[in-house]
Formats: sequence, structure tokens, C-alpha cells
Amino acid sequence: MALKEAAIVIENMIKKFGDVTAVDGLSLTVDRGELFGLLGPNGAGKTTTINILCGLLEPTSGSVVVGGYDVRKEPSKAKKLIGVSPQETAVYPHLTGKENIELFANLHAMSSEELKKNVDGLLQKLGLRDYAKRQAGKYSGGMMRRINLAMALVHDPEIAFLDEPTVGMDPQSRRAVWDFIRELKKQNKTVLLTTHYMEEAEELCDRVGIIDNGKLISLGPPQQLKKQFNARNLEEVFLQLTGRRIREEV
Amino acid sequence: MKLQRVAALAKKNLLALVREPGALFMLVLFPVIATMAFGLSFGAAGNGQPTYQIGVVNEDLSGMMWSQYLIGNLSETVILKVQNYSDDDAAQSDLSQGRIQAVLIIPDDFGLSCDSFWDSPIDPSRWINTTVTLFLDSGSLFATQAIPTIVQQTLSASVYGIQPTPTSGPVSMGSPSLVDVSKLTTFDYFAPGFFAFFAIFLIMTVSQSLVFEREKGLLRRIRTTPTSSSEFIASQAVSNMVIAMLQVAIVFIIATLVGYRPLGDATSFASAFIVLSIFSLCCVGFGLIAATLAKSSGAATGISFIFIMPLMFLGTFVSVGLSAIAKEAGKFVPSYYVTDALTSLLLRGAPVTSPTILLDILVVTIYSMIVLMLGIVLYGKYGKT
Repeated sequence: MALKEAAIVIENMIKKFGDVTAVDGLSLTVDRGELFGLLGPNGAGKTTTINILCGLLEPTSGSVVVGGYDVRKEPSKAKKLIGVSPQETAVYPHLTGKENIELFANLHAMSSEELKKNVDGLLQKLGLRDYAKRQAGKYSGGMMRRINLAMALVHDPEIAFLDEPTVGMDPQSRRAVWDFIRELKKQNKTVLLTTHYMEEAEELCDRVGIIDNGKLISLGPPQQLKKQFNARNLEEVFLQLTGRRIREEV
Repeated sequence: MKLQRVAALAKKNLLALVREPGALFMLVLFPVIATMAFGLSFGAAGNGQPTYQIGVVNEDLSGMMWSQYLIGNLSETVILKVQNYSDDDAAQSDLSQGRIQAVLIIPDDFGLSCDSFWDSPIDPSRWINTTVTLFLDSGSLFATQAIPTIVQQTLSASVYGIQPTPTSGPVSMGSPSLVDVSKLTTFDYFAPGFFAFFAIFLIMTVSQSLVFEREKGLLRRIRTTPTSSSEFIASQAVSNMVIAMLQVAIVFIIATLVGYRPLGDATSFASAFIVLSIFSLCCVGFGLIAATLAKSSGAATGISFIFIMPLMFLGTFVSVGLSAIAKEAGKFVPSYYVTDALTSLLLRGAPVTSPTILLDILVVTIYSMIVLMLGIVLYGKYGKT
């Protein structure tokens, strides 16, 4: 069997904030075209990991390679390949939904034809076409999150970092976003998804890494982990690993 | 640097001006309302041609011809109502009681001094130097701004006529420009300072928007794209220069509608636009520094005022009537040079190539570059998170 090319390679990554170790010796490889889920309770180190992967934070030690580029040495090259949907919705309230997406398309220096095609396509897929010209500040929470996602993916990135993409969404919006993420997988995009919704990880991910207190405590496909721990779901896997329920700390 | 990114970010900033009520008020509506209010109150449209009572004590013992000529010219300015006094004490008494706004003392050797100049116009060693003394009602803000300029210009015109004003002469004088002051209103004197005054508020909007973007995670989000810091700062500079020019145009149109009649030509206005564009970079720099120091949008407003207040009080029309020390302090703020350049361009009708204006532009440019660079460095190091 041929080895798959790695999209993300993390080796012994440590991140400290003063005395607090947010990420403690994380090593992980995500293959190209893989939909990988990083699971764990709030404060486990998921967002810190994503922030390092997209160049917002520098690791204290260890190496991080994204799309073949060391994010410390060649951050601008890595940033051309990635799209980041942050956990907290970050949209300009005075711009319309469409203008927010167009802004980020322009920041990725897309051609006008490509921009129009991608923006229209995303608005359609995420069910936002009818609200495209409304200022984002007047959107509902679910619509805001969908715009948040579209801004990350408008430039058709090779690698997408989706930090809790469905948190706070209603079931209908969540389903729509799941379908959209599955479509990314079909397009052979690499997706690193963080979530504390276990059913979301089971539904979408090829593999999951369970992280707690900054350490990777388990890694594998959801079915394999459930089988390994003789558990009905990933929530039970986490319970067996840590003695705590994942959502207790949510 | 990709212009596409700079343009997209600048467009985002400019749309905020149109769509966010706070920014729209501060940068557009406030200048419009304030200009209209001042213009209607003190400009020609408000029938606001003011008159000031000036007491003249003529101590000239040398023939009186020159002094009477000066007094006659002062009376012809219309804006000044001349009241003759036989002695200084009576004039000072009326000044202290507010019956007149100024006292002009023509010295006893005034006529001799003028004659000495015309006898030997190019030989200063033969001049008899003298000083015309002016006392002002310090409680009259407008009088302290308008009267010295009018008196100096009338004195200059009276002593030297219409010939090019010499760089020095036996009679102490101020501004070298010859201006038909009788047509000017108080508003005309204030207007150049207005332009700088409104531009200063860019500091607050820049710092508020940057802190807002930081608080909402928008800056972090932009940093995950290939956008460089220089592209981001360039977008701030471009959008705020556009806003500054827009402000100038709006204030000028409104001011003109309410009777503002500047002396400058098209070149003067183009130069004024350039000066204010450069100054807007200084405001962006101060905005970056304020955003670096501020932890929240509310704090950004407060910290901005630390920069706004001195720039406003020491360097715009608000500086009229300040103490001598404060006026000296004004020379350390860039808005002083902006107002000075605009006053020379629009009030005195001086050409942009005149040394005073070129020096003003040079100082504003150097100041703006230093503040902008400082802002970029501080914001880049401490302000992004």
C-alpha cells in the first residue's frame, strides 16, 4: 500500500503560557484528503494547537509543518494553503454577508471571476443566498457561523482548520454544515476539525485524536476506538480514558 | 505588497464610515454641523461681519502725517471702529472695562521712523527703529485672533504701501502679506484651523476600529491569511487619507455655503488637501499608538483624547487666546503647522512655494512619518493581541 502524503506533521510540539503548559509534547500526522477530528473538553489545548498550525502562535518547542512548509520559517507560504474558521465568529458586522466573504477572497488575492464563482457557490451551498445583502450584524447566530465558515473556505484552500464549526447551531444548520464538510472531503481537501460534540466527530471524521490537558491520549478511527474500549460512543471512550465526561467541563 | 488586499481592506474601512452611525457622526456629521454653526454665527451668511472697538493713542510728535494716515487706514477696514484717546490711561481704563477690545499706541517717533525708511529704503543703518504697541482684551477670544492680524497688515500697508514688503523695517510689524482685511469675517480667520480640528478625530476612529477588530478576533483572522502587516497598515493609511480629503471637501463646501470666502486659488486648495492628507497619516500613527495602549474600545476612546486634546487646543482654531507659554508649546504639535500652512494658503493667499508654507509642510511631513513609524512599530510589537 502506497504511503499517503502528509498535509500536517506535528512533532513533539510544546506550547507554554508562563507556567501553564497548554500543549504538551503533541505529535500527530494528518494525511492529505483526511478529515481529522481533534476532540477534547474546553481548555484541552485544541484551539491552541490550531492557532499554532495557522501561524498565530509560535510553539515553545517542536516542529510544525503544514502543506510541506514549516509554519515558523515559511508562514506566508503555509497561509496561502490554509483556511481558518475560528471558534468565535469573527465577521465585520457593518459588511453584508457577501461583502465579508468577498473581503477574505480578496485577501487571498483571488481573480474576480474565481471570486464571483466561489462566493456565489458558497452562499448557495450554505443557504445564505437570500440573506447575502443583509449586514452581518443583523444575522442570527447560526447564519453568522455559516458566514464565518464561508469566509474560511472561499479561496478553496487545500487545508481547512475548522475550530468548533457547529457550536451553538440549531440542528438544521448543523446538518447543513455537516453536509458541507463532507463535500470538502469528497473534493480531497484536508480538514482538521475540533469539536466537543462526540456525535459530530463520529459522523464526519476518518480519524480522531483525543486530547486532554494538552496531551494526545488516544488516536484512531472512531469505529476502531469504540471497539478498542468496548464503548457505544466516543463519549464513553473519553470517560474510560480520563474518568470524566467530556461535556462536564463544557 | 498586493494592491488588491490594500484596496479590499480600505474599502472595508470606508464602508464603516457610511454604515456605522458613530463613525459617520464623528467624521462627517459633526464637521458639517459645527461648520454650519460657526459659519452662521460668525461668517458672512450670518451677517456676521464683526466690528471691534479699538482705541488709538497717538503720541506721534513728528508731524502726524504718517500716524494720521495709519489711523485713517485702520478706520477704513470697517471691521475696526477707531476711537481716539488723548492719553494712555483713559484708553487702558476703557479697555479694562470692556468698552473697547484693543488699544494701539503710536509712539512719538513713528513719523520719523517712517521717514527714515523712505529716505533710505535699502540702508537699515539709517533707519530709526520704533515699535507700535498693541494691548488686547484677553477675555475676547475672537478679538485676540482677529485684531493683531488686521493691525499688522494695515500697518504694513500704511508704512510700505503696495511695494513688496521688506523682510525688515524700522517699524515693528507681523505678517508680511497684504490682505484686504475689511472683507474678512471671524469665521474666515477660524476656518483654516477647522480643517485640522476635524482631521484630528481620525485618531479616535482609527484606534476604536483597530481595538474593535482585535476584540472581535478579526485581526487574528486576517493574520491567518497571506495579508502582510505592511498591507494592513497601508489600507489604514489609504482609507484615512480618503476620509481626511472627504472631510476637507465637505467642510469647505459647507463653509462656502455659509459665507466662507478664502483668498487662495485652485493651487492653494490642492496644497491644503495635500497638507491634510499628510496630517491624516500622523493621525493614523497616533491611532495605532492609542490602539496599542488600549485594552478595550472604551479605553481606546479615552486614550485617544490624550493625543487629541493637545493637538486640538495647541494647534487649531481653539488655540486662539492661549497663554504665551501654551502658544510656544503649540510649536511642538503638528496641527500647529497644519493650521499655520492653511492660514497662509487660504487666509493670506500666500503661494505654496513661500518659505513659511514649505517649512510648515516639511515639519508636518517629518512629524507624520515619525509618529506613523512609531505607531507601526509599537502596534506590530504589542498591539496585535
